[in-house]
Amino acid sequence: MTTTTPSGVQTAARTTATAAVAARATDLTKVYGQGETQVVALDGVSVDFRKAEFTAIMGPSGSGKSTLMHCVAGLDSISSGSARIGDTELTGLKDKQLTKLRRDKIGFIFQAFNLLPTLNALENITLPMDIAGRKPDQAWLDTVVETVGLSGRLKHRPTELSGGQQQRVAVARALAGRPEIMFADEPTGNLDSRSGAEVLGFLRNSVRELGQTVVMVTHDPVAASYADRVVFLADGRIVDEMADPTADRVLDRMKDFDAKGRTS
Amino acid sequence: MFRTALRNVLAHKARLLMTVLAVMLGVAFVSGTLVFTDTLSHAFRSQSAKSYDDVAVAVTSLGNEYDPAETHPGVSQKTLDEIRGLDGVAAAYGRVDGFAGVADPNGKLIGAGWSNKGSNFDPGKDGKDSAYTFTDGEGPLKADEIALDKDSAAKGEYKVGDRVRVATNGPVKEYTLSGIFTTKDGAVNAGGSLVLFDTAVAQEQYLKPGWYRNVTVTAAPGTDDAKLLDAVEPLLPENAEAKTGQAVADEQAEEIEQGLGALKQVLLGFAGIALFVGVFLISNTFSMLVAQRTRELALMRAVGASRRQITRSVLLEAGVVGAIASAVGFVLGVGLALGLRSGMAAFEMKIPAGPLVVTPTPVIAALAVGVLITMFAAWLPGRRAAKIPPVAAMNSVHAVATTKSLVVRNSIGAFVTAVGAVVIVWGAGMGGDGGRLRIAAGAFFALIGVIILIPLLSRPVIALIRPILTGPFGVAGKLAGQNAVRNPRRTGATASALAIGLTLVTGLSVLGVTVGKALDKMATDNIKADYMVSMANGGDLDRSAVTALEKVKGATAVSPQQAVQFELKKPGTGEKIFMAGSAVKAGDIERVLKVDVVQGSADSLANGQIAVAEKTAKKRGWKVGTALPVTFADEKQATLTIGAIYKDSEFLSPTLLDTKVVNEHETKPSIRQVFVKMAGGQSEANEKALLGALGENPAIRLMDHQDIRDEFGGTINMMLNILYGLLAMALIIAVLGVVNTLAMSVFERQQEIGMLRAIGLDRRRVKRMVRLEAVVISLFGALIGIGLGVFLGWAIGETLKAALTGYALVLPWDRIAIFLVLAGLVGVLASLWPARSAAKLNMLNAIKTE
Ligand SMILES: Nc1ncnc2c1ncn2[C@@H]1O[C@H](COP(=O)(O)OP(=O)(O)OP(=O)(O)O)[C@@H](O)[C@H]1O
Ligand SMILES: [Mg+2]
Repeated sequence: MTTTTPSGVQTAARTTATAAVAARATDLTKVYGQGETQVVALDGVSVDFRKAEFTAIMGPSGSGKSTLMHCVAGLDSISSGSARIGDTELTGLKDKQLTKLRRDKIGFIFQAFNLLPTLNALENITLPMDIAGRKPDQAWLDTVVETVGLSGRLKHRPTELSGGQQQRVAVARALAGRPEIMFADEPTGNLDSRSGAEVLGFLRNSVRELGQTVVMVTHDPVAASYADRVVFLADGRIVDEMADPTADRVLDRMKDFDAKGRTS
Repeated sequence: MFRTALRNVLAHKARLLMTVLAVMLGVAFVSGTLVFTDTLSHAFRSQSAKSYDDVAVAVTSLGNEYDPAETHPGVSQKTLDEIRGLDGVAAAYGRVDGFAGVADPNGKLIGAGWSNKGSNFDPGKDGKDSAYTFTDGEGPLKADEIALDKDSAAKGEYKVGDRVRVATNGPVKEYTLSGIFTTKDGAVNAGGSLVLFDTAVAQEQYLKPGWYRNVTVTAAPGTDDAKLLDAVEPLLPENAEAKTGQAVADEQAEEIEQGLGALKQVLLGFAGIALFVGVFLISNTFSMLVAQRTRELALMRAVGASRRQITRSVLLEAGVVGAIASAVGFVLGVGLALGLRSGMAAFEMKIPAGPLVVTPTPVIAALAVGVLITMFAAWLPGRRAAKIPPVAAMNSVHAVATTKSLVVRNSIGAFVTAVGAVVIVWGAGMGGDGGRLRIAAGAFFALIGVIILIPLLSRPVIALIRPILTGPFGVAGKLAGQNAVRNPRRTGATASALAIGLTLVTGLSVLGVTVGKALDKMATDNIKADYMVSMANGGDLDRSAVTALEKVKGATAVSPQQAVQFELKKPGTGEKIFMAGSAVKAGDIERVLKVDVVQGSADSLANGQIAVAEKTAKKRGWKVGTALPVTFADEKQATLTIGAIYKDSEFLSPTLLDTKVVNEHETKPSIRQVFVKMAGGQSEANEKALLGALGENPAIRLMDHQDIRDEFGGTINMMLNILYGLLAMALIIAVLGVVNTLAMSVFERQQEIGMLRAIGLDRRRVKRMVRLEAVVISLFGALIGIGLGVFLGWAIGETLKAALTGYALVLPWDRIAIFLVLAGLVGVLASLWPARSAAKLNMLNAIKTE
């Protein structure tokens, strides 16, 4: 599939100019709690998320996937090391600056959809722009809405939409602001396999066709197979990486973890 | 079940705290009122018991001082001497009293006008009068001596030997202060002033030389009061009666009780309003708690709890909350009573010292009110809880109120509101007391109806407010507006508290301002005089005051308003009718007051003819020229011809006569006011001249136009301010309600708020969103309340129309604007804590799914 949309080309061009990294963690450590109850959720993690790439993060439960995502996305503080979005170093930023950064540069998709029930689909999609006080780019908005296939449902309230449709609204909301990077934490966790496949398809399309960058946390090898690259976490460390994954290969790798988990 | 209820109370401490506060405030008000009035009544009772302590028998004459024909104006010296001669009488004191105002060195009256008393010093054989204990000097024994109570002497900084100016109804006189005393007299101990004159002076001044109005008898040791009473009674003239000191003390206590009863009722009324408002808050809290616990309750049902058990557990929970709140509220109420007592001292109302009295009644009332109100308010939520089907335990979706129940609710609400509105309009059309009664009943229904309807009203009314939000406040405003209508029931219940408070406040304001304006207009329209002269104590002026005023240089018209009563024989039947009228100065009266003559001429007054008000003339079928056979107070008869008929006015009696016609029949005329018109109008010089002519009398009030208007408006404003103060209570409870609702909303929307924060809504705007939601809810309640209040104000105003010429509805926009601003502030204030906790929410916890 080739990047045909003008925006895609533009993004691609910029990508090569700036080292092609959308977000980067360097020696990132995250410690929860103190003393006896202390938990090292991330232990010196270094990883790059390249532009216009679809990265999946996998690992056993409690391995620190969500924590990594939260830290890199500026949702949670970092204990030591560094995290950057584009050229911006997150450590040391105040809540206000982090908020602005998330608003302007990051898109989020959550497992629980997290739409506002008082707003209709379209209003939910444009909410980040409303918050920023920006006018949405109409052409881009149309493209996004069409990509996720919601044209006929824009006036509906979230309660009038199926789970799959709601998650598609969430994907559109993340895309609408044309963020530098999108983070998705188990976006298909609450969906049946067909709706899940649709949402994953849109995420992949947004990378391939629209030149977006996506980082997705998932437990599902099939979901991971949509990504360009899979990063494996265990006990707060990066233990492996896999390019061009397929469901079977990912499954095999995961089984490996399970075996290890049992022996240790 | 009880354990579950208790556990629930503990688990929802924060939320229930608001309920506790609301119940507590109401209970505090109720118990505070009861304790306060009990304490007051106890203090006054023991005070009056003390002042009659050593009085065995008290004799009161019923004689009429204004009646010169009366041969027995009281108790004679002879009777008093006879009483003194009785066996078992230790001493008997003759008393004669009336008004006496003392001027301080600046010429100002000491003490308020209603409590300035004068009496006589009646020394016994030992030269002492047992009612008075002299701390300095001695009792007045000469005509130009007086004694003064200690507090008044201190206020005027007078010492024995000083010259003191004292005014009775006549001109001011200067006396030498012979002594300063203390007394057990209740009025003096309540902050009044008391001047003692020599007996002869007091008799001359207040009654008739040689006569007393009252006699107090003290008994020799070992004498029975009742026996003494039996001995005294035969000696008394027909128009005097005797009672034992105990009986008089009891009577006084009874009177005090009645006087306090009115105060008690007003205060309890406000407590009732506070509790009524509180019911909504409590009900709302329990609804929210039930909603929050849907799954838990469903689970209990699933494992076998019956509906009754569920309802009972909610009620039990309410009972526990109510009991805690009542206990705390009661303590607070006792504090409130103490505060009220010292507060009254600040208003120069001295309350005799006494212990704080806590009887079982307020304790029981507090507990009963607190517990029952809370349980009553929790009853509906409890029933709703019982309706949760067991299957809801398996379902993640909360049971949503069906639209059907809102349809039923709206229909009922619309019906009740309509009935209320119709009754109100009916009452307004009817007018008078009956009309007002109907309006009160209608108002109750309309208020209940609107409260039932309030969830329905929330959408359209808030839609009106919304544009002001989205404009200046952007996304936060838009979201706040939408959040406010998300749960119409909850929003409605929250707004109800404010709506009730503001209905009352607005209604009273509309009425107060309208009536105030009408009275003001009436005064300006009717009074042409520049000055009005009257007694500070509201009593009668002496005739010498009129003569003095007439002599003032520059006084172009001087007319008294002198109350007159005469009898009229109805032609044919011989039936007697009492007529009230005013004696005025012919010729001058039209220049000081507006007299709108419709028939005949006012000049006829000068010829000894009578003028009659239009309505009276119409009712009696009188015309100009009709001759009226009248009997004056001194039983003399005369025939008066009607010379003029004038339009009725609040400032004129139904009949007018010239003073010359009346004065020969009355020795002590009842001159209520004197109106004076001066050359050059109102000026400092004129005022000085008038005050000088009146002898700088501290007991006489000289009022110019502005003073007269203030007198009318002032009382109304003061009343309004007191009512505002009391209704502030409703506002406080409203704040609690808003806090509660918002805290719940924030709690329920944690995920949403977390998501909003994640996608870039900063803390400031999260706070603003919550704050605006509170403001919207408050404004909504305020708009409903103001609307209803204006309607009620209008309706009651209509019933006053007939009694108030020049009545026109005035909407106090300035005050309404203030109410709206206050409502907004209520919202801002109430949202402080919920907004903070919303902004502080941990984003990650918030977006994590369970
Ligand atoms: N707020 C917190 N306080 C303390 N420990 C935490 C906190 N959040 C996460 N942890 C711990 O950090 C570790 C990593 O948690 P994280 O949520 O990142 O795991 P995960 O890989 O996303 O797991 P899952 O697949 O179950 O979502 C876990 O051991 C967890 O218990
Ligand atoms: Mg996770």
